[in-house]
Amino acid sequence: MPPRRPEGPPPPPPVARVRLRFAKRGRLRFLSQLDIARTFERGLRRSRVPIAFSAGFSPHPKVSWLGGVPTGAASEAEYVELALVEDVDPEALRVALDAALPPGLDLLECRPAEGGSLADRIQASRWRVRVPGVPADDVARALEALLARESLEVERRTKSGRALVDVRQAVICGVCRAEARDCAILDVVVRHTTPAVRLDDVLTALGVVAVPPLTFPVPPEPTRLEQGLIRADGTLADPLAAPSGGPSHSETGRLAGRLPA
Amino acid sequence: MSQRPDGADQCHSARTERTRNTARLAGMAGESLFSRLEPLLPRVRKPVQYIGGEGNSTVKPWESAAVRWCLMYPDAYEVGLPNQGLQILYEILNERPDVLAERTYSVLPDLEALLREHGLPQFTVDAHRPVGDFDVLGVSFSTELGYTNLLTALDLADIPLRAADRTLEHPLVIAGGHAAFNPEPVADFIDAAVLGDGEQAALDITDVVRAFKAAGSPGGRGELLARLARRRLVYVPAFFDVTYGADGAIASVTPGRDDIPAKPAKHTLADLDSWPYPKTPLVPLAETVHERMSVEIFRGCTRGCRFCQAGMITRPVRERSIDTIGAMVDAGLAASGFSEVGLLSLSSADHSEIGAIATQLADRYEGTKTSLSLPSTRVDAFNVTLANEFSRNGRRSGLTFAPEGGSERLRKVINKMVSEEDLIRTVSTAYAQGWRQVKLYFMCGLPTETDEDIVGIAKLAREVIRAGRKASGQRDIRCTVSIGGFVPKPHTPFQWAAQASWQVTDRRLQLLRDTVRADREISRAVGFRYHDGRPGIIEGLLARGDRRVGRVIERVWREGGRFDGWSEHFSFERWERAAAAELEPLGVSLDWFTVRERTEREVLPWDHLDAGLDRDWLWSDWQDALRESELDDCRWTPCYDCGVCPTMGSQIDIGPTHRTLLPLTPVAPLPARVSASAAGPSSAAGSASATGKESARAATAP
Repeated sequence: MPPRRPEGPPPPPPVARVRLRFAKRGRLRFLSQLDIARTFERGLRRSRVPIAFSAGFSPHPKVSWLGGVPTGAASEAEYVELALVEDVDPEALRVALDAALPPGLDLLECRPAEGGSLADRIQASRWRVRVPGVPADDVARALEALLARESLEVERRTKSGRALVDVRQAVICGVCRAEARDCAILDVVVRHTTPAVRLDDVLTALGVVAVPPLTFPVPPEPTRLEQGLIRADGTLADPLAAPSGGPSHSETGRLAGRLPA
Repeated sequence: MSQRPDGADQCHSARTERTRNTARLAGMAGESLFSRLEPLLPRVRKPVQYIGGEGNSTVKPWESAAVRWCLMYPDAYEVGLPNQGLQILYEILNERPDVLAERTYSVLPDLEALLREHGLPQFTVDAHRPVGDFDVLGVSFSTELGYTNLLTALDLADIPLRAADRTLEHPLVIAGGHAAFNPEPVADFIDAAVLGDGEQAALDITDVVRAFKAAGSPGGRGELLARLARRRLVYVPAFFDVTYGADGAIASVTPGRDDIPAKPAKHTLADLDSWPYPKTPLVPLAETVHERMSVEIFRGCTRGCRFCQAGMITRPVRERSIDTIGAMVDAGLAASGFSEVGLLSLSSADHSEIGAIATQLADRYEGTKTSLSLPSTRVDAFNVTLANEFSRNGRRSGLTFAPEGGSERLRKVINKMVSEEDLIRTVSTAYAQGWRQVKLYFMCGLPTETDEDIVGIAKLAREVIRAGRKASGQRDIRCTVSIGGFVPKPHTPFQWAAQASWQVTDRRLQLLRDTVRADREISRAVGFRYHDGRPGIIEGLLARGDRRVGRVIERVWREGGRFDGWSEHFSFERWERAAAAELEPLGVSLDWFTVRERTEREVLPWDHLDAGLDRDWLWSDWQDALRESELDDCRWTPCYDCGVCPTMGSQIDIGPTHRTLLPLTPVAPLPARVSASAAGPSSAAGSASATGKESARAATAP
């Protein structure tokens, strides 16, 4: 007997794509990327977004995720792309889907997908890390020491054993200030590399590079503020902004190593 | 040895200030602990299970409520959250304007250690309030293996473990769920137990608590419990004295006061259509064991399987009508965004209109990527037709049937009326219609079982594979055989039976495995799933134990026993040691409670609790079992006087109604994009918070 195949016509093809920026805030920072994906899929159903589905016996909504923020970290700049079977108004979609998501998973922007792929518009993240229990001066000194190095490798446990990652190579710039007498606020821009240098690795590096070594009595609270292409001045370009003149302008492409100097 | 009736006087003791409060928090009652909990969460596994914030969860201001319930499922969040009973009570209670209900689940050992280290109590996931601040702690026991987790929660909440040591400052600890039909092993730790359906009972208890508090709590905790007992709402173990005879068995159980019923009885909901809960199912942010929405299509079962406690204690059968089911499915899907609906009951294919329900729901949700499922355990061809309907355009992966016993003889003993011919015909139909795998459920250790009965499972599996290969024309088909150890349960005809020792169970499982493996024709086509017999012995101790077993539970817990339903946490040796230390000085033992057959006259620990079943009928059904004599379902044949309907004033409530699903109201689609060529930004950029969401749901923010 031949295997069964789904009856009826194949699912309608996508006619439009939208890109969304969303925030992961407050207690929802403890969601994993899988938790977020599941919650989004339910939100899409509740808000009746005309999402495109894959074919086959177990159709899946066509949702493309970009590297998510780690469990425990908050974010103001997560990105996702949706394929749609109807060309609906992006703002209406944003409002409807946002209302169907829990508070703390907040949709901030929705734009038609244009230009190159979203992944090509993201090179680095800017993080703000609250470091409770540590004076700003200590973190600042550690940061200074890190930036003074040519390279600084830390060991990280991975699924398949241990790996060494060079934190210094990934940290583009950073600055530190005090929120209170014993709470530092660290701003740092970290390039997305392979293997990835995670924010945890940056904190580990700051810990070992400082003299005496820095310890964190309370888990630091990181928030990703921005993602994008790195501009010459260390700021990041908004990946959803209209590609006015394209990403070829000035330093960005050269820095990214994607275009000839 | 006897149980002291409630120490009402204690309730007036001068312990008005809880010492724990001064030690731990200077906070107000009901204050959120989240800011102190949050720094601990990055240090534990799966922190998302402690944050709350589920879709359709409710947080109310503490002061707005006259009565505050904390509902607990004593297992990990991922297991407890989908529990229907808890979700139903949560919604029913929160619908009342002056009632507040929150939920708590067992914290895993990593967080338990951190809570102790930082002086934080057991908390609710909704508003992260201390469990000790609530008026009532309602704990739902689906299984006896949650008892040690109850003690962890009480201890973390700073509620004295023993009911006798509690004061008006502490919540009433009320047990419910199927295991509450014999709450004797936890009698020392709970204040009361609710037997049966909890919907109306929870509301009635709320009314009594509200009135009692409004009157200034006259007479203290003892009087509140007496009011609840007098209203026939709960069983209060402390109001009953238990004495034991020289043979170790119970000599008597007598009420210690004359103003309460001598035989507390179960609650039975009459009309399920007027209780269409859950209306708005909880949608977890974390992954849980059941990622779907469930609708209970009927309650109760009179198939009469003699091993089945659920089928005995939830009688009679009460159906939800097809239109109520349709409305619940529609409302639940819209409120949750789930993509799968499970139609629950003890034997879903037995609903009088299940065919119409299946077809009409499948029609309604065709093309919406919504899947429907039915826990299918009945062995007949009709069940395959139903499963086909539910999988119209989905993958036909696995079908499950539960013959339960490996031989015709044993199936007569347990009253599971499935012939080998039925089974082969059914699985042939399934394989012929594209189903690739059949799962068969059996039990090991049933009364009168022999090695021959167990080897019969292998024979049955061989016939199933042969029939499947013939019907499908393929050699590559699978059959999974799952085997559970049988545990005799209270309020069933097998309540008198000797439980098989774990050694016997393990030996028979080994024999079965060897038999299947030695059969080259099928050994690669048959998957074999089973667990060792030892956890079943502890479940058996807790299921049929009396109040003396409470000491064993407490000792195991003090020695670190937690999450006994989880093989990675369960320690048989710890239970065995504790049972020896606590029971043997009293002249009884682990074996005495488990592998010993009871006589007709022995006073069973739950005999004073009324599940509606006539004890004489249970005994005669036990005798019929030993004679291998079957009994028909009373839905389709005359009443056989199990006793439930006359004593409970209930009656069978089934269709067919010949009604149909009501049409759905169409929902307006999202507007089209105005100008697809205009590339300008269509949204207000920036970090402005989402319109509507925060204001509409501000109350749910931490």
